[in-house]
Amino acid sequence: MTATDSATGTAPAPAPERPDRSLGQAAYAWLRRTDTGSSTFSVLVTALLLVVLFGAGTLRYENFGYPQVALNLLVDNAHLIVLAVGMTFVILTGGIDLSSGAVVALSTVIAASLLQKGWAAPLVIVLVLATGTLLGWAMGAAVHHLQLQPFIVTLAGMFLARGLCFVISEPSIPIRDDLFTGLAQNVIELPGNTYLTYGVLIALVVVAIAVYVLHRTRFGRTVYAIGGNEQSAGLMGLAVGRTKVAVYAISGFCSALGGLLFSLYILSGWSLHAIGMELDAIAAVVIGGTLLTGGSGLVVGSLLGVLVLGTIQSLISFDGGLSSWWTKITIGVLLLVFVVVQRLSTRSSR
Amino acid sequence: MPETPTEPRTRRRLDMSSPVVWAASALLVLLVFNAVVNPGFFALRIQDGHLFGSPVDVLKNVAPTLLIAVGMTLVIATRGIDLSVGAVLAISGAVSFTIIDGSSDPTSPATAAVAIGTALAVGLVLGAWNGFLVSVVGIQPIIATLVLMTAGRGLAMLVTDGQIITAENPAFDWLGGGFVLGLPAQVVLTLLVLLVVAALTRRTALGTLIEAVGTNPEAARLAGVRSRSITWTVYVFVAFTAAVAGLMTNANVSAADANRAGLFIELDAILAVVIGGTSLAGGRYSLTGTVLGALILQTLTTTTLTMGVPDEYVRLFKAVVIIAVFLLQAPRIRAALGRRRRSARTSTSPAVPVPAVEGDDVRPLTPASSAEPADATAAEPTTTDQGALR
Amino acid sequence: MSTAAPRPAAAPVVEMSGITIEFPGVRALDGVGLRLFPGEVHALMGENGAGKSTLIKALTGVYRYDSGTVTVDGVEQQFATPADAQAAGISTVYQEVNLCPNLTVTENVVLGREPRKRGSIDRRASRERTRRVLAELNLDLDPGSILGRHPIALQQLVAIARAVDTDAKVLVLDEPTSSLDAGEVAELFRVVRTLRDRGVAILFVSHFLDQVYEISDRMTVLRNGRLVAEHRTAELPRLQLVQEMIGRELSTLEHLEREPAHEAPADAVPRLRARGLGRTGAIAPTDLDVHAGRVTGLAGLLGSGRTELTRLLFGADRASSGTVEVDGRPVKLRTPRTAIAEGIAFCSEDRKGEGVVGDLTVRDNVLLALQARRGWLRRIPTKQGDELVAKYIKALDIRPAHPDALIRNLSGGNQQKVLLARWLLTEPRLLLLDEPTRGIDIGAKAQIQALVSQLASEGMSVVFVSAELEEVLRISDRITVLRDHRTVADVDGSTATLDSVVDLIASGGDRA
Repeated sequence: MTATDSATGTAPAPAPERPDRSLGQAAYAWLRRTDTGSSTFSVLVTALLLVVLFGAGTLRYENFGYPQVALNLLVDNAHLIVLAVGMTFVILTGGIDLSSGAVVALSTVIAASLLQKGWAAPLVIVLVLATGTLLGWAMGAAVHHLQLQPFIVTLAGMFLARGLCFVISEPSIPIRDDLFTGLAQNVIELPGNTYLTYGVLIALVVVAIAVYVLHRTRFGRTVYAIGGNEQSAGLMGLAVGRTKVAVYAISGFCSALGGLLFSLYILSGWSLHAIGMELDAIAAVVIGGTLLTGGSGLVVGSLLGVLVLGTIQSLISFDGGLSSWWTKITIGVLLLVFVVVQRLSTRSSR
Repeated sequence: MPETPTEPRTRRRLDMSSPVVWAASALLVLLVFNAVVNPGFFALRIQDGHLFGSPVDVLKNVAPTLLIAVGMTLVIATRGIDLSVGAVLAISGAVSFTIIDGSSDPTSPATAAVAIGTALAVGLVLGAWNGFLVSVVGIQPIIATLVLMTAGRGLAMLVTDGQIITAENPAFDWLGGGFVLGLPAQVVLTLLVLLVVAALTRRTALGTLIEAVGTNPEAARLAGVRSRSITWTVYVFVAFTAAVAGLMTNANVSAADANRAGLFIELDAILAVVIGGTSLAGGRYSLTGTVLGALILQTLTTTTLTMGVPDEYVRLFKAVVIIAVFLLQAPRIRAALGRRRRSARTSTSPAVPVPAVEGDDVRPLTPASSAEPADATAAEPTTTDQGALR
Repeated sequence: MSTAAPRPAAAPVVEMSGITIEFPGVRALDGVGLRLFPGEVHALMGENGAGKSTLIKALTGVYRYDSGTVTVDGVEQQFATPADAQAAGISTVYQEVNLCPNLTVTENVVLGREPRKRGSIDRRASRERTRRVLAELNLDLDPGSILGRHPIALQQLVAIARAVDTDAKVLVLDEPTSSLDAGEVAELFRVVRTLRDRGVAILFVSHFLDQVYEISDRMTVLRNGRLVAEHRTAELPRLQLVQEMIGRELSTLEHLEREPAHEAPADAVPRLRARGLGRTGAIAPTDLDVHAGRVTGLAGLLGSGRTELTRLLFGADRASSGTVEVDGRPVKLRTPRTAIAEGIAFCSEDRKGEGVVGDLTVRDNVLLALQARRGWLRRIPTKQGDELVAKYIKALDIRPAHPDALIRNLSGGNQQKVLLARWLLTEPRLLLLDEPTRGIDIGAKAQIQALVSQLASEGMSVVFVSAELEEVLRISDRITVLRDHRTVADVDGSTATLDSVVDLIASGGDRA
């Protein structure tokens, strides 16, 4: 056990009042808690991995160090960040959402086909987001009320979403709506001749909101409590059922929003978009240090996880000699390392 | 399958609660529907000594999925799952075609033998890897096999160098397009594997031990069952079936496409198993059910196509059917159905056992009880408000 | 301690009366009543199956009761969920800590009731509130530390802190001490006394008699789902308590028909000899000799360590100390398989969780252990299997006598017989039976007892664990008495009487 054991002395004095800790003390307390099993430590490892990967790229390829390369990690992966945020909510409760890739495709198809028919862009956006949320809510209800396994429920959701895609439109539909193209093509100029897209801004706002919700609201803490011990959470009087349904609705919303960002990114709607994107999201969440058994992990970790995946992709595209499939292999190996380490660390702490 | 020889014939007559009966009825309905709507559906013709027609198409198209579903059944019976079969399939195809393509004598039967042998060996190694992660390291099956699912396609492309490799080898191509006694070789091979598995699980104790491990791992451990090696074995076996399926699908098109081969086949295989009535919670399994499940899925596809249903509705139609099947299997819904059946039975048979409730030992709140659907719910005190705690 | 006796004049904070709960086929509680007064520690006593847990669950909103009333502060209540009970001021700390190990101490204390500022959780206020509660209980814990990193004892105290934070009027402690060491128990009791002095009513459940006498002011004794009596602890001799829990007047038990003692040469090498065998937190190092052809009984109350010891002998749990010899050869019982290879068989007390494989047939369940030993490749031939199964179904009178019935549809007694058959098939030399007769009807019980006697007379060694002392006395040649996770005495089965064994259990061997 840890140093806290010493606190169980037989003759404990009343705990000293420490109303205001100095910054140094707080930092020390934080560091002391950040041991190898904590989620902050996992995030630090992921951050370190990101720095090392990026550093290696900078040393190896001469153009890799340009600031815009780093920013492009965000630009190219804005949709995946949003997806990973939704996935984090679900995985924190110990569930999984296999439908998110299909919901992305569905969102692009709905958006593209409605815009083609001349619907107003804001209305289309609302409709897409509502569809995703509704689908997620239905899956959450099935998981909670029918006690079906999340894996099976979201698998069925994936089939349904893809099926709907094909019904709406099989061929790819280009998006020519002014609002969409405007959002896609206009960039936010940053100093140093660099830029970000509006999609990145949206993704970062989503991350910020998720951090706030998970850490500063009762709902968020209930999400963690369910992942820690669902039965206990129930006995502690928390709203387990409502929260479980809600995380799938959130994941559905995030998938739909991710779909909109993805349609901005490639300006088309197609039923075969985003095949396997749910796996990328899951991989990012795991690499970001979230335990697949639930209860431990940070949204910031998932953000870093997406950036790690993005960096691997850029490294491989910068190196003309390495072929694209190395991306998949590397991601698989990283996944393996993180999963095995997680397994070993949870085994030893029990 | 292993349960059939021991089941009393008298009780077996038509147990309407059996999922296999449900699956069989569903298939029957589908077939009758086809016969009515499209009288030509069952028409078979013989051409060059080979059988052709919709039923043969169904069998041929279902072969790779069914093959993998058979292996998946055993994995699921141990409370596991294998997501990596699609990737293994792709690797198997890639390995065999690369060997044939790179051989000095690409058309000789010897080359085909080497290619097939190597591909199967690679499949076994990959299965051993999955089994190792699950049974020794103790990683959840979903995640353990997710690793290979992600990396596997990359490995396949590594083998083929990202190319779609085409090669012609008569002996090898027979796997995909050949005929045995007028039937497609794929169908015959799949039947063969199916028979071997049925025999292996029925003639040995493997089937019973798999079910014991999947139903109650702790009881199995205390009875001295080697759970670890059994778990390991089923992962090796499912990878083997995936490798065979890889040879068949790639031989069928005379090309290895590492990117597309076997895409989503893991989901189809899992679906076939679940539709066949084997619960994802492990335990009792039915190979008959899996065969029916796979046939239902394939017939559904063929039906919608021959009916002239627009191609784009096929997927939605399938999704809706699948969701209906899952809903029917939900513990809650099953319990509701079961309760009705149970109460009907109570009135006729006095020998209904009373679940032993032992005062302090009543632990209806343990998560374990939710893993045993019908029985556990029935034994739970009705006074308990379970919903509030879940 | 018991000087802070209840003031009968004060109104009870909780009064349960006539509580009846029926489960399918079983009346778990039959008109039970319970009174809790402010500022008292009230022990709820009873053996296995007495209905303690059921009563607690009725009080805390986990179970609904079929009849009876619960009043809290004079207001009648019917709690639908644990949250309802908590809102009414009744908090529970369970044996297996029901908190979230992945969250911090602070969060576990305030979860669901976090102080909020402008809609978001006020972390500083949460921390301060937790610190205040911990200080009230004199606990020096870092509120920001992760709960799961602390030992179980501290986690339990955090659970109590959570209850204090809710301003609980009633605190239910369901076997809080079962996995704590002496120092940790002292710490827990200090906190309990602090709360009692503040006027909280504490309902305390424990199998440790010493602890009950140390901490409680009054006690309620249950047996078989019925109320036996309510006592002041100071006025109740231990012997009487044990008699009330076990439910027999000692004098009537003297005339129990005894099975003939099995002959065994005392000088022979024991079939199994354990020296210093123990497992941290489960059972203190124990010596045990089991001879061929004899039945060794393990007597002791629930939680005394009898199950834990049996599991060590089978390798179901791994021992942390000690050695085991079988027929004079040292062996390492690492897994059940190694024990089975030594000819040891084990029927777990948890029939449903660790015994029967519910999805399989009676036949498959009977053959499971033998088949496991043969390996999957060498299947027991159908005919041979049928014959074996038929033989044991007949010999043990398993009903329905249908090898292809699913075992989960059998009654408890018949399931137990199937499990016995499973092990007898492997022709064990040492049979470990943990509560083989629990929860099964009288007829099946007698059959199993007779079988055990017969097996022993045929040369098998048997370790017999039962909560029913008469049964242990009647069957055993040698009785090892356990108490509080350690052996306190080893007595001859032919001379031991219920009086003497009860006395040993109550006194801990000090007076023996």
